[in-house]
Amino acid sequence: MEKILVGLKRVVDYNVRVRVKSDGSGVETDGVKMSINPFDEIALEEALRMKERGEVNEVVVISIGSSESQQQLRTGLAMGADRAILVETNDALDPLGVARIFKALVDRENAELVLLGKQSIDGDNNQMGQMLAAIWDRPQATFASRIELNGNTARVTREVDAGLETNEIDLPAVITVDLRLNEPRYVKLPDIMKAKKKPLDIVPATDLGIDAGPIVREISYEPPARRERGIMVDDVAGLVAALKDKGLI
Amino acid sequence: MSKVLVIAEHDGIELNPSTAKVVSCAAGIPGAEVDVAVFASSASEIASQAADIQSVARVLTIEREENSHLLAATLAPQIVALSDGYSHVFGPSTTFGKDLMPRVAALLGVNQISDIMTVLGSHSFKRPVYAGNAVLTVEALPLQVVVATVRTASYTAAAGGNSAPISETQVNVDLPTHTRFIDIQSGASDRPDLQTASRVVSGGRALGSSENFDIIYKLADKLGAGVGASRAAVDAGYVPNEMQVGQTGKIIAPDLYIAIGISGAIQHLTGIKDAGTIVAINKDEEAPIFEVADIGLAGDLFSIVPELTDAL
Repeated sequence: MEKILVGLKRVVDYNVRVRVKSDGSGVETDGVKMSINPFDEIALEEALRMKERGEVNEVVVISIGSSESQQQLRTGLAMGADRAILVETNDALDPLGVARIFKALVDRENAELVLLGKQSIDGDNNQMGQMLAAIWDRPQATFASRIELNGNTARVTREVDAGLETNEIDLPAVITVDLRLNEPRYVKLPDIMKAKKKPLDIVPATDLGIDAGPIVREISYEPPARRERGIMVDDVAGLVAALKDKGLI
Repeated sequence: MSKVLVIAEHDGIELNPSTAKVVSCAAGIPGAEVDVAVFASSASEIASQAADIQSVARVLTIEREENSHLLAATLAPQIVALSDGYSHVFGPSTTFGKDLMPRVAALLGVNQISDIMTVLGSHSFKRPVYAGNAVLTVEALPLQVVVATVRTASYTAAAGGNSAPISETQVNVDLPTHTRFIDIQSGASDRPDLQTASRVVSGGRALGSSENFDIIYKLADKLGAGVGASRAAVDAGYVPNEMQVGQTGKIIAPDLYIAIGISGAIQHLTGIKDAGTIVAINKDEEAPIFEVADIGLAGDLFSIVPELTDAL
């Protein structure tokens, strides 16, 4: 296979305790650590392993967003991607708009496989990969925990509620990855230096001439309802009594 | 008036309880008429289960050989064809619905509302973002079809006792063959299904091995409970992935949840915050799980759990 595209989204780091802004307009992002969406990192790791096994020649990482997303693309290049493309926009995009932009890049790059995280940990939408597959009119294999490439097809084991489902899909296709597919590598300092010399193209979103489509309006953010701390019991007898008290046993 | 098409989830034999929860959500849309679509190779048994759900106006069956396994790539074009005349198309936010519904939405040229937890109006909803650390109110554009998944843990299943009419429906669209079902492997067990059990017992990394998980199973069997696990326990290989409870696993809302040897990472808490009563058993008195537990017991799980099993 010639080329895999991997999406890397810049998101609030998963270790940050997210807080809703007091005016309800969003969550606090000032001075907050930003990282590659963890699921996207797993997608990139898988693409790099495919390249190392000689199954693919080139791994291209793509981000869509503000110019700050270059940081995440540089990290992707340091992990081992060959080149990067930033589709630059400051507009809020919904998954359908992102999928449409991605489709334009798929066409331009003649991609045979797109690897994506199953969802981003900010919006938690879990939509973009499926939408890209739909408008590309190609197969999708979501929640992948194992991917095996066999020429023009791929066998993908998917983590579904009932267990592990295996599908066979024709390529080109979109595969979205789940947590247990692999453990992403750590980036070493020399790789960071090398990554600075790798190509990173910046394409203004307006150049692609895409109608980003309808937007779901965000009205307001609020903190979730909190559960109150309950009681502590001293021993099993106390626990059994408390459960009986609540009519649970 | 709103007309909602609910896509039934099933395994070819039985209707998944998620469907009755989606109907509950759909029926909360003011003035909604709710139809359920059953795609299957043989639909009659599943359709009669769907017809039993209160608030269902009609059940549509779409029988095709291609529907013997419910794949997003083959279902989506059929749903698009069937959605004509509907204002809303809803599915559950189970892996089935998460896989399928965005494909439907994109073919219809709209965004999807993911994980509806509250209906505020026909086009206005609340949904969780940032792993449940924030709740976002969203509004879909007025004149467009609303495609959505419903966070099943936020809804109780609509009651039975209805007998909605069932009509066979033809959907004449060409279906792709580029995606093929090979097999499914599940750790089949006789225990109650994790997602619908009224009681769930979960174990964490503190169990230390898959053999040690035995005490969790014994307690669960005594209670007639389903068995879950934290992500740490799944990642450590103690139990299979389908047992994972949390943001990246199953989001559940049992009446009683017993967390054993689980510290209470935010991603786990997101999966249980709608549980009726949370019981936590953990060695570390400072573990975050105790901040949300209704009943906490600090101590050695290897002595507490067998003692509790005997005491019940």
